[in-house]
Amino acid sequence: MDKVQLLVSVSLALFALGLLGVIVRRNVLVMLMCMELMLNGVNLSLVTFAQQTDSTAGAVLVFLIFVVAAAEIAIAIPIVLLLARNKHTLDLSAYTDLKG
Amino acid sequence: MIDSLLAYLDTLFLVLFAGGALVGAVLMLVLRAPMRVALALIATMVCLAAIYGLLGVHFIAAFQVLIYVGAVMVFMVYAIMLLDVRDPSFVGRFSRLLVPGVAGALALLGVLVYAAWTDLPTLPEGSRTAAFGLREFSATFLNEYWLHFELVSILLVAAVVAAIAVIGVNRGERG
Repeated sequence: MDKVQLLVSVSLALFALGLLGVIVRRNVLVMLMCMELMLNGVNLSLVTFAQQTDSTAGAVLVFLIFVVAAAEIAIAIPIVLLLARNKHTLDLSAYTDLKG
Repeated sequence: MIDSLLAYLDTLFLVLFAGGALVGAVLMLVLRAPMRVALALIATMVCLAAIYGLLGVHFIAAFQVLIYVGAVMVFMVYAIMLLDVRDPSFVGRFSRLLVPGVAGALALLGVLVYAAWTDLPTLPEGSRTAAFGLREFSATFLNEYWLHFELVSILLVAAVVAAIAVIGVNRGERG
């Protein structure tokens, strides 16, 4: 088995597991963490391809993803705090105000 | 002899840490308490950092630990400690979409892995050059990608302002 194929498969599995977590879990914080898992899977594939082609562009992209993840968490946690304060629950099925 | 042993050890550790990352990801889906999910995610991230180290990009491994585990996950753990309410999402972990979600994720994973295994060109052995170091990365980063660097700083400022605005709206409502 080739090392690159192993690592790309692992990154795809991490992405799929993260997506599955976002779909099936009910807790908002757990869903946020599963989104982080998806970003980590993408990072692993970027690093693998950057290694394969020996270019620094992949590593630069990984850094930008780090920053985007940090910004995402910085915005998402206050929103979750607000939602939890208004609805007194972290259950996603309670947040149906926009449903009409 | 020593070289082949080292290469074997390298592959062994790679498979070990890849398996650890996958186990952590699966644990994230099945564990009930958000704090344990956070710990599983931290374990996955540390395993990924070890993989980056094994691949030779040590600075990305360091930043994975510093930024992801050190900043993002500590923030997440604070939020969990602040908000750990025992609610319906604690009793029933999964939503109604469990069965279609699992089926869809399995189908997606199958398609993606099939595409990765058939279409990826395999490099001939020994053609891989030495991994780029921090010096090359920094030079490229600040020479070619300086605009992205500046844009990212604007994004971070916007995120901080937005976070303060979200909290401020709530304060205003409560008077």
